[in-house]
Amino acid sequence: MSAGNMRLTLKVWRQSNTNTQGGFENYNLDGVSPDMSFLEMFDILNEQLIEENKEPVAFDHDCREGICGMCSMFINGQPHGPLKGVTTCQLHMRSFQDGDTITVEPWRAGAFPVIKDLVVDRDGFDRIISAGGFVSVNTGNAQDANNLPIAKEDADDAFSAAACIGCGACVAACKNASAMLFVSAKISQLALLPQGQAERSIRAEKMVAQMDAEGFGNCTNTHACSAECPKEISFENIARMNREYLGAKVSSKAV
Amino acid sequence: MSWFTQALTSSIGKKLIMSLTGLFLISFLVIHATINAMIFYNDGGETFSHWGHFMGTNPIIRTLEIGLVLGFLLHIADGLWLTKANNDARPVKYAVSNASANSKWYSRSMGLLGTLILIFLVIHTSHFWIPNRTNQFATGEELNLYQMMLDIFQNVWVVLIYVAGCFSLFWHLLHGFESAFKSLGLYHVKYNGAIHFVGVAFSIVIPVLFALMPISIFFGWVY
Repeated sequence: MSAGNMRLTLKVWRQSNTNTQGGFENYNLDGVSPDMSFLEMFDILNEQLIEENKEPVAFDHDCREGICGMCSMFINGQPHGPLKGVTTCQLHMRSFQDGDTITVEPWRAGAFPVIKDLVVDRDGFDRIISAGGFVSVNTGNAQDANNLPIAKEDADDAFSAAACIGCGACVAACKNASAMLFVSAKISQLALLPQGQAERSIRAEKMVAQMDAEGFGNCTNTHACSAECPKEISFENIARMNREYLGAKVSSKAV
Repeated sequence: MSWFTQALTSSIGKKLIMSLTGLFLISFLVIHATINAMIFYNDGGETFSHWGHFMGTNPIIRTLEIGLVLGFLLHIADGLWLTKANNDARPVKYAVSNASANSKWYSRSMGLLGTLILIFLVIHTSHFWIPNRTNQFATGEELNLYQMMLDIFQNVWVVLIYVAGCFSLFWHLLHGFESAFKSLGLYHVKYNGAIHFVGVAFSIVIPVLFALMPISIFFGWVY
């Protein structure tokens, strides 16, 4: 990577743990290349901080190829920054101007407590999946391909919903910190396929109940979630979840 | 908790109540705007008063009016409950928020617009509905609502408050009409276009019609 000549001011949220109060720190960074990813720029910042004997900024990252959903940064007022349909690792510094001040905050939601700096605890999503986001089948050999015929349209819709990487950008973007896009994608991907039919009603009921118990907000139908989703999960899923849930409530065996 | 209470107190259930009461209030707006629009006959309020009398005295309408009041109260209470829950869901706010990049300001301001409409509603009902019903209970006689309109809308400030109320209603409906269908799970390419078109048209026509009433009286177009 060639050293660049961008000069930036970073305003980064620093917080030592969940129970302490955080605040913004300003950092000046020179020699940023427009070809760096946003995370690589943060690596440079952290090297600089380590050289200065300061605590590096804690931030989540894993695959750095846009599919793991770890890099949860709220950049200049938008989850994953200004570019549409990408995670932070796929955001490059060419999306910014030399001399810019960039504000970086963690996801803000009561259900996503800050662990440290920009790292938040997203276990709430795991608990929602544990509540019903699965298909109970006896394991064994994989079935023959095409054993269960599935209409192309249904397979495509289910696949689009399954593209959700659980990054939490929907919660971060929503004015109500609502998790409905995430939960609806997870409900939809199974509701659309034959394998998901057996537990369809109970799944919708349990996942929504867990979502509420986690303290996520309600949906105002602003579509901010869908607009900011790096996988561009469709808003249609939320309407489907509403149908699944209300239908389940009036028809499921759970009393 | 029974399945029924559980359903209605869940996040989706609260939105269901918001949606159904909202659509109910939308149906009320149609009746209210239609009957009030009778003043545009400019016949000294004869047609308007005829229908106003029917609405104010018909026992079926009077019974439905209790439902209307409950509909308003439920919509308001549920709205406050949702707004509180939504605020609590984000205890620490963002320092920088570029929400205009992903959503419309009026979609994000339903609580504020609703509050403005509520303030307007208090002023509006204390002008007409409350004194009229109070008088009906006390004396059995209706007040001359047409004459009251002519008197009240001579004040430019009142007219401005009513027009501001209509603007709030316009933005509230512009989001609310379509949103009500989404909360019911009715969001599909088959009819999204139709709901959007009707929603936008309704949000414009009804508030414009309402706003024209105080304006026309103030300028003496209706007398």
